[in-house]
Amino acid sequence: MGEKITIKRLNFFYGPKHALKNVNLAVGDREITALIGPSGCGKTTFLRCLNRMHDLYPGNRYEGEIILDGADILLPGLDLIKLRSKVGMVFQKPTPFPMSIFDNIAFGLKLNGRRDRRDAAARVEAALKVSALWDETKDRLHEPALALSGGQQQRLCIARAIAVEPEVILMDEPCSALDPVATAKIEDLMSELKRNYTVVIVTHNMQQAARVSDRTGFFMMGEVMEFGPTRKIFTAPANKLTEDYITGRFG
Amino acid sequence: MPFLDRHKADKIGDALFKGVSFFFAVSVIVLSCLLFAVLLWEAIPALRAFGLRFLYTSAWDPVRSVFGALPAIYGTVVSSIIAVVIAVPISLGIAIFLTELSPAWLCGPAGMAIELLAAIPSIIYGMWGLFVFAPLLASRVEPFIIERLGFIPIFRGAPLGIGMLPAGFILAIMIIPFISSVARDVFRMTPPMLKESGYAVGATRWEVIRRIVMPFTKSGLFGAVILGLGRALGETMAVTFLIGNSYGMSAGLLNPATSISATLANEFTEAVDAVHISSLVALGLILFVITFIVLAGAKLLIKRFSLAGGGRA
Repeated sequence: MGEKITIKRLNFFYGPKHALKNVNLAVGDREITALIGPSGCGKTTFLRCLNRMHDLYPGNRYEGEIILDGADILLPGLDLIKLRSKVGMVFQKPTPFPMSIFDNIAFGLKLNGRRDRRDAAARVEAALKVSALWDETKDRLHEPALALSGGQQQRLCIARAIAVEPEVILMDEPCSALDPVATAKIEDLMSELKRNYTVVIVTHNMQQAARVSDRTGFFMMGEVMEFGPTRKIFTAPANKLTEDYITGRFG
Repeated sequence: MPFLDRHKADKIGDALFKGVSFFFAVSVIVLSCLLFAVLLWEAIPALRAFGLRFLYTSAWDPVRSVFGALPAIYGTVVSSIIAVVIAVPISLGIAIFLTELSPAWLCGPAGMAIELLAAIPSIIYGMWGLFVFAPLLASRVEPFIIERLGFIPIFRGAPLGIGMLPAGFILAIMIIPFISSVARDVFRMTPPMLKESGYAVGATRWEVIRRIVMPFTKSGLFGAVILGLGRALGETMAVTFLIGNSYGMSAGLLNPATSISATLANEFTEAVDAVHISSLVALGLILFVITFIVLAGAKLLIKRFSLAGGGRA
């Protein structure tokens, strides 16, 4: 398959701190790309470059190129709102908005100028079906989203991201706050999502990366130590550090 | 056995600490009950003389010894409502600016300046209000209001510079620091990840503030408003300087009026007649009850907010 995002010589700075060093990486179209590595290695920092989330805070700086569908998203003057409706994100903890289940999902739709109510209802239903939450919530769409369980809330957040019809979905340790059953459901969902979306996932859980992803990048100290097909990374790593990390010798 | 000794000493210390903190906690309750009891006791002569009529009549005649609290209650409530209506949007604007928009270097100084505003004694606000603000209102603002908005009955009257509306203005200035600093603290409690989730689906700053931050913090914001209202209800000196101290009721907000605290401040030292003094105490009792009702009502409402599931995660 082709490449959706190509990252070339990416450097990132939190003020004076050089957090990402010369990152080169290719995210495959409609594949799952997993990013692994010890805490503080820069994998989340990298993920947040892909929707320019760092722009919310002062003093952050990018260098290099991130080519999404042929266009560099690091160019100044880029429409961040457009970028973020094309590149969705799911966070470490479920972050339902303080409103009803329905409104949570319709939130992004309204922002993107689709205010037709019937159209919105259809899209909310579609998004909930994709995230396998429809059967559990169809009778309580107007209850507060905070009443859902943690796993349901996280699937709601995935539905919310899908509803805007992005092409890429970024997931930052989406299962770190969930129990094994809820985690399994999210993993099933990821394989489902792959049909229509490009997924980039940061995970601490190496089994998870091995189970769901097509490509894996191993980060350490802000650098990509090794990047390649998941099977190769986990069975025949080229770098000694990668091998030590995936066999649990550190991390 | 040193081990056991230490254990014993700890136990005594614990018991002592528990007793002392219990005493202080209980003393708060006892004090407010005593305060209420004394007010009630001292108000009895007035209540006996006028009964419930004290609440809804508007005569205030020390010569004939006839007293009714309605104009003072009206003034207290209306001036406080004016203050809250003006102060809430301004305070929210300040809090939003400080938490979401302000460059980092401005955050500290601006926040500090607002807290300093809260530290200015109310007599200073009163003097500034009377000597600077009132003449300005009388010469520029009120003629404009009367000319443009005079078709609405509440904006009719003479441009005196002192009256209900000026008192509401000065109260608004005095409660802005309270409402805005609490609102700022409440906004800061919104988890960054929640806000980022809003930006991640393509929301603008304003949409994140309006649709995520404000609903998430609404019970805290409501608390901030009530804190401001509570302060406005009891504020004395600045109001006494600006409200005009005319014991009567008029629909026109530009006209001089009075409030409970202004009446107390003006008359307490001069009252000699027993029923007069008792009537003033009864006014104090009413203020106590109004404030209590506002606070208790707010607590109930906040409870209902959070039960409705709108509040915290």
